[in-house]
Amino acid sequence: MSAIERIKPSEPRVPVAPSLALRVAILGGIATVFFGVIFFRLWYLQILTGEQYVHQADVNRVRDLPIPAPRGQILDREGRTIVSSRTTNAVQVVPSALPPVGARRDALYRRLGALLQMSPHRIATLVQQGRTAVRYAPVTIRTDAGPGVLTVLAERADEFPGVTQQPVSIRAYPFGGIAAQVLGHVDQISEPELKLKAFRGVHPGTVVGQEGLEYYYDRYLRGQTGVQRVEVNAAGEPVPHALAPTPPVAGHSLKLTVDLALEKESEKALLEGIEHARGGGKPADAGAFVALDPRNGRVLAIGSYPGFDPNSFAKPLTKSEYAALLGGGSTVGRLTDRAVAGEYPTGSTFKPITAMAALENGVVSPGEGLGGGQCIVVGGEQFCNAGHADYGSVGLVEALKVSSDTYFFEVGRRANSHGGVIQRMAHELGVGQQTGIDLPSELEGVVPDAAWRAKQNRIELECEHRRHVHSCGIVSEVRPWSVGDDMHLAVGQGDLLTDPLQMAVAYSTLANAYTNGGEGTVVRPHLGAEIDEANGGLVQSLSAPPVRHVHLNYEDLSLVMQGIHEAASQPGGTSADVWSGWDQTQHPVFGKTGTAEHLGKEDQSWYMCYIADPQRPIVIAVTVEQGGFGAETAAPIARLMASQWFGKPKKFVSGTSKTF
Amino acid sequence: MPLSPIQPREEQPVAPGPRGVRLPLDPVLALAVLGLSLCSVFTLRQATRNLVPGNPSYYVDRQIVYLAVGVVLMVVLARIDYARLRQFKNGIYAALLLSILAVLGLGHAARGSTRAISFAFFSFQASELGKVLLIVSLAAFVVERSRALRARDTTARVMIGALVPAMFVIAQPDLGSGMVYMVVAYVLLFVAGASWRHLGALAALVVVSGAFVLVAAPAAGVNVLKPYQVARLTAFLHPSSNPQKEGYQQQESKIAIGAGQKTGRGANASQIPNGFVPESQTDFIFAAVGEQYGFAGAGLVLLLYALLIWRALGILVASKDLFGSLLAAGVVGMLMFQVFVNVGMTIGIMPITGVTLPLMSYGGSSVITTLLAIGLLQSVYVQARASALLKGRVLRH
Repeated sequence: MSAIERIKPSEPRVPVAPSLALRVAILGGIATVFFGVIFFRLWYLQILTGEQYVHQADVNRVRDLPIPAPRGQILDREGRTIVSSRTTNAVQVVPSALPPVGARRDALYRRLGALLQMSPHRIATLVQQGRTAVRYAPVTIRTDAGPGVLTVLAERADEFPGVTQQPVSIRAYPFGGIAAQVLGHVDQISEPELKLKAFRGVHPGTVVGQEGLEYYYDRYLRGQTGVQRVEVNAAGEPVPHALAPTPPVAGHSLKLTVDLALEKESEKALLEGIEHARGGGKPADAGAFVALDPRNGRVLAIGSYPGFDPNSFAKPLTKSEYAALLGGGSTVGRLTDRAVAGEYPTGSTFKPITAMAALENGVVSPGEGLGGGQCIVVGGEQFCNAGHADYGSVGLVEALKVSSDTYFFEVGRRANSHGGVIQRMAHELGVGQQTGIDLPSELEGVVPDAAWRAKQNRIELECEHRRHVHSCGIVSEVRPWSVGDDMHLAVGQGDLLTDPLQMAVAYSTLANAYTNGGEGTVVRPHLGAEIDEANGGLVQSLSAPPVRHVHLNYEDLSLVMQGIHEAASQPGGTSADVWSGWDQTQHPVFGKTGTAEHLGKEDQSWYMCYIADPQRPIVIAVTVEQGGFGAETAAPIARLMASQWFGKPKKFVSGTSKTF
Repeated sequence: MPLSPIQPREEQPVAPGPRGVRLPLDPVLALAVLGLSLCSVFTLRQATRNLVPGNPSYYVDRQIVYLAVGVVLMVVLARIDYARLRQFKNGIYAALLLSILAVLGLGHAARGSTRAISFAFFSFQASELGKVLLIVSLAAFVVERSRALRARDTTARVMIGALVPAMFVIAQPDLGSGMVYMVVAYVLLFVAGASWRHLGALAALVVVSGAFVLVAAPAAGVNVLKPYQVARLTAFLHPSSNPQKEGYQQQESKIAIGAGQKTGRGANASQIPNGFVPESQTDFIFAAVGEQYGFAGAGLVLLLYALLIWRALGILVASKDLFGSLLAAGVVGMLMFQVFVNVGMTIGIMPITGVTLPLMSYGGSSVITTLLAIGLLQSVYVQARASALLKGRVLRH
């Protein structure tokens, strides 16, 4: 009605017919109702529930893009850098800026593939994977493309729409492949890994440790991914708008117990030993070493041959490249860390353990002469010395010194009637079980006994039955545990499977018990010493408490130690010539050679030693697969390592002892 | 007994206003037009700055030109005695049909629909201009039938007169304009005094045919409307069922308006500048107003429309003759329908029909058509005032 009444009263006007007034009033009423509805609706949307729509609008417009955190460094015990991060330009693809799917995009992939030496199919796959992993984020195609490629991309940007360069932080290994298996490598977190507890809270696309220390200490090293809030338009393209980023938090540094100088020298020495063996006609295709501080289990050096260049992981590896690293068939796997996952028999380096077991359990008395003759015959089987040598009937110390197999065969034969005394001692000292080292891929190994044999037999029979074959190869023949098994074990052969690290732990136990009146500790070998801030401040010390304490009879232990000391120092000792010229009074060497036999292969060379020192004692374990006799290849490597450790002139002295 | 609520008075042109006396336009109407034009320009400046890369003022510049041209045409039309248009009613109606058919014949496809004829410099949507042409020709036709306004024949003829162009327009397809045509005819009949029975029957027919078109016919396999039109019309009933397609635009529009809260997001606005609401410069400009200026801005725009409609109703009543009243009625019907349907669509209480928000939406056809319609209103006002002054003077003598 108001519309009608508001006509200016001063103006003369025709009277409005009542029915028109009614109809206009109805129109005005409809308008009023509609305006009312719209006002209330607006009130509801904007005032009452506006907050919720602000939130929805922000969900629409804001995308959180991860800012990778610089990964922490890995340092040696002195703080020298072993692994660092460096910034390089990664070639990335922005999916939303690519040409439309079809011929133009295929052509782009072909051009890019030719430039990066990648197949167009692989680029397409990476883009597809990347855009599902983190939406709206650029997808990294190649991390370390090299300056030439980057220049081409920069200069001919119009030929590569959607291809950009982004500075990224990648792992740098200033010493190349040093300790490669131990350090491990890094890669973008995979779909299955995202679900693991170890990677809880990790953003997709984050680079995490995949093996070795990088994996084990990943939560310290990886830092915290930052967030760049990006405003996007409806098409998902970024819109320039200042939104405050959450900066990434750099990862902590990991300081190791490893001595970089010793590590480098050890790797060099291992290579030298291998070359020496090859010069002698041995294949010597693999090897490993460990150096421990016997008091606390600090790993001073650790390595495995053949290694790999960890820089090869900087660019995404193809399946075939990875398979080549992994090995298999006749190729030797480069990713396997033989120091902790080797699984070998040890040969005579096991004899001190057998000797300890025999003395502690009264199997033999120290002065009792045993093992005369070239061979002993048990149950129709001949057990002989290497090269059919005859050391005569000798006591325990002499038997260790010359490494008389016949002596230890006899010990094994006797031990068989004492129950598993050798096995118990091996386990007590740390063989045949995980050492607890801070690496992800440690194996347990096997110290065979009657129960183990029975179990293997059962598994073999079940397997044969299930698969209807004559042999599954789990055991060579299904037979009960025999005295021969104990005799083989006594000299570190048979079904014994262990690795240099476990042997180093066993020798460390003997060594620290020896310096401690028979009270020893089975140390927990460890590589991580402490976690530091990126700028150096201490975050936390990593403790590695001993696995357990052991009590050894000091007199028995002294005899064993005397035996292996004489072996390394006295004329006629198996490794005495290797240590010729070494100051045995300053740094007495307690060393044992070992030569493990493998069917159809060259012998595996072993050397275990403990070198006493008030401040820096060291236990060294060295093995070279198909490297020949222990004194020939492994022992000289150990001497080179010891020379480095004690600052002595380095000399590769190949031993002449041809003993197992 | 008079057949019409409006007494048919002198049918010959009234004496023109006294020479030399300035006949000003309705100031309130002019104010509303000015206000809405400014709102349109300010809103577009913000909403369209990212639409044309490298040319943030592309839409604003053009809209200012359209508004200027439209205002000039409005003033010219206001100066013309609308009564003269009556004699051209057949020509105007013919022009309406011809222009729409021409579009169907040689128009070019714009976004899947053929609505515009391209001229050298701009393209013109015939269906938009057709609204004004239809108002003029139908109003003139009703005046001609003023002695038989309650006759069923009149109702039928008027509705058919609108239905024919509406069908062609819907075929373009421009459902929104077609609906405007029908609403204009209905409001004309309503104001002219058509029988309540006829009006009620027509309303019922709309409901039944709507149900037929949207439910029964598709079920029987006959698609009267294109599937996307049906989807758009019904999407608002279940907004969350398919937020990626038909419901998307409306959902994003609601988010934009809601996020504006009391006073708007200003430079923080993201929904409109970042393109989450398609057609935010044309059909969904109210979402831009809501996001940028909040409840305050949206309320101001609605107040300006209320002012416009209130004055249009006032002019309808003040008109000196039936033709003027019917012209005003047609314009009122057009404005009300477009404002309510358009705003209702952006806030999720009306289906998406593709009608523009008069004066606010970017686009020459819409802006100029609306200003022509307001020009008609002004002309009715000017003539009513002139006639009143004349009579007042006569009376005073």
